Amino acid sequence: MHEDDTFGAPPVQESPLRKDGTGKVRGTARYVADLSYPGMLHGATLRTRLPGGTVVSIMFDERIPWREYVVVTAKDVPGVNAVKMIDQDQPVLVETQFRHAGEPVVLIAHQDPEALARAVAAIHIEERACTTAPVFTIDDALQAGTRRIVAGNVYRDYLMVKGSVTDAEADTCHVFEGEYQTGAQEHLYIEPQGMIARVEDNVLTVEGSLQCPYYVHAALVAVTALPEERVRVQQCTTGGAFGGKEEYPSHIACHAALLTLKAGGRPVALIYRRSEDMAVTPKRHPSRSRVRLGATSDGRLRFIDIDFAIDGGAYLTLSPVVLSRGVIHAAGPYRCDNVRVRGRAVATNHPPFGAFRGFGAPQSIFALEVALDGLARALGIAPDVLRARNVLAPGDVSPAGQKIEGPLDMQRVIAQALEACRYHDKAEAYHRWNAAGRATRKGIGLATFYHGAGFTGNGELTLRSRAGLRVNAAGVVEILTSTTEMGQGMQTTLSWIVAEALRIPYEGVCMARPDTRDVPNSGPTVASRTCMVVGAILAQAAHKLIARLRADAALPSSYSYDEFRAACARLPTADGVTTVMADYRHPAGNDWDESTFQGSPYASFAWACYVAEVEIDTMTGEVRVLDFTAVQEVGRVIHPTVAAGQIEGGVVQGIGYALFEEVRFGADGQMANNRVTNYIIPTSADIPPIQVLFQESRHGAGPGGAAGIGELPMDGPAPAIINAINAALGTELRHVPAMPEHILAAMDRRTP
Amino acid sequence: MSWYAPRHLDEALALLAEHPGLIPIAGGTDVMVDGNAGAAGREYLSLAGVAGLRGVRETPAGLVIGALTTMTEIGRHPLVCRDLPALAASARATGAVAIQNRATLGGNIMNASPAADNPPVLLAYGALVVLMSAAGPRRVPYARFHSGYKETGRRPGEILGEILVPFPPLRAHHYFRKVGTRRAQSISKVGLAALLAGRPGAWECVRFGFASIAATPILACALAATITDTDHGLPRDEELAEALGRDIAARDDIRSTADYRRRVAMNLVREALAPWRLQGGFDASN
Repeated sequence: MHEDDTFGAPPVQESPLRKDGTGKVRGTARYVADLSYPGMLHGATLRTRLPGGTVVSIMFDERIPWREYVVVTAKDVPGVNAVKMIDQDQPVLVETQFRHAGEPVVLIAHQDPEALARAVAAIHIEERACTTAPVFTIDDALQAGTRRIVAGNVYRDYLMVKGSVTDAEADTCHVFEGEYQTGAQEHLYIEPQGMIARVEDNVLTVEGSLQCPYYVHAALVAVTALPEERVRVQQCTTGGAFGGKEEYPSHIACHAALLTLKAGGRPVALIYRRSEDMAVTPKRHPSRSRVRLGATSDGRLRFIDIDFAIDGGAYLTLSPVVLSRGVIHAAGPYRCDNVRVRGRAVATNHPPFGAFRGFGAPQSIFALEVALDGLARALGIAPDVLRARNVLAPGDVSPAGQKIEGPLDMQRVIAQALEACRYHDKAEAYHRWNAAGRATRKGIGLATFYHGAGFTGNGELTLRSRAGLRVNAAGVVEILTSTTEMGQGMQTTLSWIVAEALRIPYEGVCMARPDTRDVPNSGPTVASRTCMVVGAILAQAAHKLIARLRADAALPSSYSYDEFRAACARLPTADGVTTVMADYRHPAGNDWDESTFQGSPYASFAWACYVAEVEIDTMTGEVRVLDFTAVQEVGRVIHPTVAAGQIEGGVVQGIGYALFEEVRFGADGQMANNRVTNYIIPTSADIPPIQVLFQESRHGAGPGGAAGIGELPMDGPAPAIINAINAALGTELRHVPAMPEHILAAMDRRTP
Repeated sequence: MSWYAPRHLDEALALLAEHPGLIPIAGGTDVMVDGNAGAAGREYLSLAGVAGLRGVRETPAGLVIGALTTMTEIGRHPLVCRDLPALAASARATGAVAIQNRATLGGNIMNASPAADNPPVLLAYGALVVLMSAAGPRRVPYARFHSGYKETGRRPGEILGEILVPFPPLRAHHYFRKVGTRRAQSISKVGLAALLAGRPGAWECVRFGFASIAATPILACALAATITDTDHGLPRDEELAEALGRDIAARDDIRSTADYRRRVAMNLVREALAPWRLQGGFDASN
């Protein structure tokens, strides 16, 4: 519960216009591909074709006038030839050894795109394959005798233990087991990735489509060996990201920077086409979970035993933190004294998998929620009853050892979801429909889950985020943060939080451009942390600003907007503006032990119950989602339209994850269906009415008790939909995406 | 890149005779998807401004559809909706609304994709295509037009001018269904159009046109023969499947599997024949 009780009262009922809306609707917003500079060069990237091996030579066809071109290889890297992430294992440009197809080897730039295309065709990279076959699946990677990419092909091996599964097994009545799989998923943000680099006033300046300006900054400093103050990163209007622009923009920025440095500072644009973007940038980690659930005959969980593994691809990138989030969410929001979750991030020869909305949680939650329906069928207990019987209540201790505190009440969330969709009436009606022998079958399914907001464990302590406010003599308040707008509504939400804290109109607040020269490091824009973490820092900054205005400019204790502005004009300043900064404060009692996976992994969770209703055409295996109900306890809704938009968008992405989005890998381990004609995402014709309902108990650590919601809606749709399909058909589907081909095959496997 | 934009058919044919390498382009919705559409050296013959190749007209034998008629026009045209409802349906299932506003029936044929949405319907309707050239028009039964994967019987110097679709029998069952993974804007995994009239032992018309189950859009002749050769009732499912198996050459590819295609193709055939199976015949008033 937030300590400041005056915060957020009275509740916001209105939804002011989005800060970024007008420019995007009118087409005046400038994306990186819209920008141009005099003399700008266009860059291209040449890559490896084999799934691991050695670069033997690079040949340049003599018929091309190479002097006209800027060509960069690994030997041109002035600093460290590694992309700065958790580890430094991934080269910015391949020298000799490489691990996957699609690794960058040569960069080339020219002012004329056609001349560039000619030269690209005239460079030949000779590669020698590894002597062993590449590994492309989790099970192959873990098998003895297959190609080793790292020791044992395991990047990280985590264990979360509570109680004793072994002891519980001795006296358990019913055990249910199953293996569950989730596929890769492509973000398919509207705007492909791209960067423009140039040297301006002796400062390397890189701008583009990105989520985390300071990640890019750190990567550039490492690769160029330039002092921090001679590197500057700016965000352009960004057309969607969903995690896909957390890490890879650092690669493109480094490439563009190397080209501009070799070109004497001339601007270089490195803009990916859709096919290149889809083939080489990270996707959601595929996963495999082996779940064992033990329960009493009345459905009380006695143990949860899970072996969870994700495919990390050929380099470590962000896999350790994706894995830890997956492990912590694997046992769900359930009361169970005996839990064992082993999680491994495995190395394969695919391009690295990376951050994608949900970050490991959608994978492990899918496995548990579909297994729970399997357990319910085995016990003869209704799926909603099984969940209501086991869900965590205030006073309980979570699988990670975190004490659950009121006033939130998951029973209320489940009850509202069942009531809102008329669950029991629908289940009965669909049962009758299916008995009538028509060409379609209908089913209803649910999932209950929670999603932790902010960096896992001690991550927020390590980040030490900072944000601030700048006010001028006219009283215009500017938010200074490296948090980025990528379509999620961040500018609107944070502006509302600041306006509310300052008690001034929303229109009086604006955003500074995320520019590492101008804004402090507020941490990356990821992990459902913006509203809760950065919002809370900005609320602090607002309180500091009010204190400053009272102390230095005689702001009355109760004031109108005019009095606020007048006070701003009275602030003594040297340069016409006043800046206040605030730093992250870790909530008391939130300790986490990374070595045992016990403690408080997140300051707050959002809790949810989602219900999907489906209709399956038994002739074709096509699934139509008829209706979707999403009820969530989010602490507090800041901006109703933005919050509902996050939920609806996440549900749509979840529907795609469940039913349509199948990443097909070619023999080289890269995405083979790297075109929007062959990688199928849902269109509006595939989307049902989505009923979004919020409960607001103000339990969160953010402003006014808000928790984070950005990733939550990605977790529930896939298991709810698969549970609905299995209920309709009597099948045992245990994977996503469940394509029509798989559904017809699963119908064949049914035992009559 | 060069761009020729004639206003009259004669002019277009003369240009084509002079520059046989010209790439004809109408709505451009297939040509422009190619990432290299604007590459140096490409020469296009834009047909968009050519008069007289657009629209639908009625003749005593059937409807004549200009090759430049768009999907939107076909999907809404009162004559098409009245006489060729399966073609109206396939036009409305082609791409997205914005695509339908530009894409033409002629382009959909000439792109010669085995997955194209309208060719199965034209096959089921027994259409003819009219190829124009300096030597005069040439009529070709559409069922003989596609010679191989992405190949047509168009000769150098020819432009597809019109599509002739004979009137279907009065009391016919017009069937069209496209199966893609999603409900709109997908490339079909299986497409079936059927025109069925008469009854077992006295069939007037049995034609099944398929998309995405062979290298070209195909007419399932063995399947039709099995049905028309059966005097009483419909052939058993196994017989239908065996005949269909001789017609099609389904493959695994990036969009689906051969097994799924065979199975769904058979299921769609059963669905198209359902009126005869369930009620003993098709009632046009239905």
